[in-house]
Amino acid sequence: MRQSLLAALLLSASALIALPAAAADLRIGLQEDPDVLDPDQSRTFVGRIVYASLCDKLVDITPDLEIVPMLATAWSWSEDGTVLTMDLRDGVTFHDGTAFDAEAVKVNIERSKGLPESRRKSEVQSIESVEVTGPMQVKITLAQPDATLLAQLADRAGMMVSPTAASAAGADFGSNPVCSGPFAFKERVQQDRIVLTRFADYWNADAIHFDSVTFLPIPDTTVRLANLRSGDLDMLERLAATDAASVKEDTGLVYADAVSLGYQGITINVDNGERGNNPFGNDPRLRQAFELTLDRDAINQVVFEGVFAPGNQPFPPTSPWYDKETPIPARDIAKAKELMKEAGHETFELEVQVANNPVQTQLMQVVQSMAAEAGFVVKLKSMEFASLLADQTAGNYQASQVGWSGRTDPDGNIHQFMTCKGGINDSKYCNPEVDALLDKARTSNDIATRKASYDAARKILAKDLPIIYLYHQTWIWALDGKVEGFVPYPDGMIRLQNVKFKS
Amino acid sequence: MLTFIARRLLIAIPTLLLVSVFVFTLQKLLPGDPALVLAGEERDPEVLAFIREKYRLNDPIFYQYAYWLGGLVQGDLGVSLRTNQPVLQLILDKLPVTIQLAVMAMIIAMVIGIPAGILSAVKKGSPVDYIANFVALSGLSIPNFWLGIMLILLVSVELGWLPASGYASPFEDPARSFQTMIMPAFVLGTALAATLMRHTRSAMLGVLKADYVRTARAKGLGERVVILKHAFRNALLPIVTLGALLFGELLAGAVLTEQIFTIPGFGKLIVDAVFTRDYAVVQGVVLCTAAGFILMNLIADVLYFLLNPRMRATL
Repeated sequence: MRQSLLAALLLSASALIALPAAAADLRIGLQEDPDVLDPDQSRTFVGRIVYASLCDKLVDITPDLEIVPMLATAWSWSEDGTVLTMDLRDGVTFHDGTAFDAEAVKVNIERSKGLPESRRKSEVQSIESVEVTGPMQVKITLAQPDATLLAQLADRAGMMVSPTAASAAGADFGSNPVCSGPFAFKERVQQDRIVLTRFADYWNADAIHFDSVTFLPIPDTTVRLANLRSGDLDMLERLAATDAASVKEDTGLVYADAVSLGYQGITINVDNGERGNNPFGNDPRLRQAFELTLDRDAINQVVFEGVFAPGNQPFPPTSPWYDKETPIPARDIAKAKELMKEAGHETFELEVQVANNPVQTQLMQVVQSMAAEAGFVVKLKSMEFASLLADQTAGNYQASQVGWSGRTDPDGNIHQFMTCKGGINDSKYCNPEVDALLDKARTSNDIATRKASYDAARKILAKDLPIIYLYHQTWIWALDGKVEGFVPYPDGMIRLQNVKFKS
Repeated sequence: MLTFIARRLLIAIPTLLLVSVFVFTLQKLLPGDPALVLAGEERDPEVLAFIREKYRLNDPIFYQYAYWLGGLVQGDLGVSLRTNQPVLQLILDKLPVTIQLAVMAMIIAMVIGIPAGILSAVKKGSPVDYIANFVALSGLSIPNFWLGIMLILLVSVELGWLPASGYASPFEDPARSFQTMIMPAFVLGTALAATLMRHTRSAMLGVLKADYVRTARAKGLGERVVILKHAFRNALLPIVTLGALLFGELLAGAVLTEQIFTIPGFGKLIVDAVFTRDYAVVQGVVLCTAAGFILMNLIADVLYFLLNPRMRATL
């Protein structure tokens, strides 16, 4: 008896001594379960949050969206903007020990372009060939100038996977991803957890202060927050706007936010099949009148507790690409009525489809009551998202409340929606003038030229209104008070460099 | 007895086939295109075409069904459109989780529901009866998700006794597995306990009026023996049927409870599958659930034989 007591004492004593050196595990609550963990095949926002710890990219962004070195240390463009030469970081290895070099970059870009399952094809479309010009230098040749390419390489298209692992696993790479990021893949239980462990040979190891990271998908926002409060989580992403105030008041928690790169708005069927042929799709005056009924600030206050950012453009007002000359119009019911009269309508009946979740429904109910004051009878068609998407693509809708998660380069937020042949142009809006301006902005590497083109296009689009933008979501993180060093980024990612537990 | 079981199992085959035809057709009637969901935000036409080709979404529905059935006969349920994992693997991963939850919930339900039912039948009209009825009604009317969130806030956030959500396998970490499962099992169990209690009560009331109970009492048997040995054993039959069906329902997925407590079980699997139009997974899970129901029914029937000597005589 005495012996066992002694043993127990010793055990607990050694446990106490071991405590300070105990493995530092960071537990992060995610809103969804990520899809397949292959940067070339994945398609969800939440998957990218995991990649931020798992897979390093050729370049990264700053919170102000400037492109900065990561695995590429320097780069330069040829005079005509069709050749990008990149110098690569020395001494980087993948989690499986394979060395990172120019050959690996070539394999990776060719995989993004050539893997049948690749979802990156459109992002690296402009790349014609990759040439290894030195052990640590690649020359990327483009079919035509592409100002968006660097921003693409700052995301999934620029994530470098181990060529050895990729060729061994093929399309099944996602079940055991091997990259070169600060943490290596350990295990995944579908819909339960993803565990990464510290990669000892990480090139920037000094900036990493955790032994492991565990991602836990917890879809319910209330439960996610409860887990943080009970200490089961160290941080969570996408806190509900309605919980922002209570987290700010809680002295044990830390609140962080950043206006996202994406937007939410109402896409209008302008010319997508027969249903686009209606007064709302045909007469921009009706759409302008509709926009004038909206008080975007009030919407933000009522539905989102003032946490999100009201907006009228594909870029948030905080973005350097925001056109200050077409600011958010003030609400003006008299003018809205006047425009409706000009278009020949006292009242107008409009059907808007909306995803059947409480937040979007509440949003549209506020819009509905605002528009009613000018004579718009808005009928809300609540739909499950997959059906909504199918109807919208097929043109079987009059107006649709949807959004876009946002891209680092402005092109990603506007070109594919507003050009005649744009891949996601569900309005089927087509204006050659806008096409020319947006194409020009895409091919120039000069920021001033690009900004001028976007501004010019915005002036036209603000009148034509194929999409009525409503607001920009704000990414909100809640962290345990013991976590320090976290920097919010507008892309919503969680970068763990220099994040640590307070000692 | 064995022939009875064999016959029942044989009848199950056409039933399952019918179920599979039904689910397959219903799924195709659902609006929404899996390729659009799977292609990602950009909906690259090349990717769309690839997905449609790979998962045979362009083939006529009859071929799709025949293809699926062909795989099924060979024990292949297809692969998930969303994660590329074999459906059988997914089901085998999730089923133990849900079975564990269902068993724990059932135990809680029986421990609370049956004694409460007997007690309130025996003491009909007394305060005990009213209190039991009130509690049972509350159990039935309180929504699972509300009770779940309240329990999390109270037990995990305020008191810090149990983890708020999550899951651990009982084989890896039995203690943590129990800690994470007990709250959801309690939430599910209380709702079931209410149903069980009501049924036990009415079955007992019926039996307590029967002649043989009066005879038993007249023989001078103790009240405890009369109630437990004579009355309850006869009242048990409908309760067993109900219990088996409730258990089958639990296996079909306690969707809301699993969602709230983030338990990676059957319910979460099928909900996610329906929303992403993951046909193969929906199909596999429904088939599995149907098979589960048939099995539970069979077990209930077998239990009848064991519990009721008269039925044994008919064989």
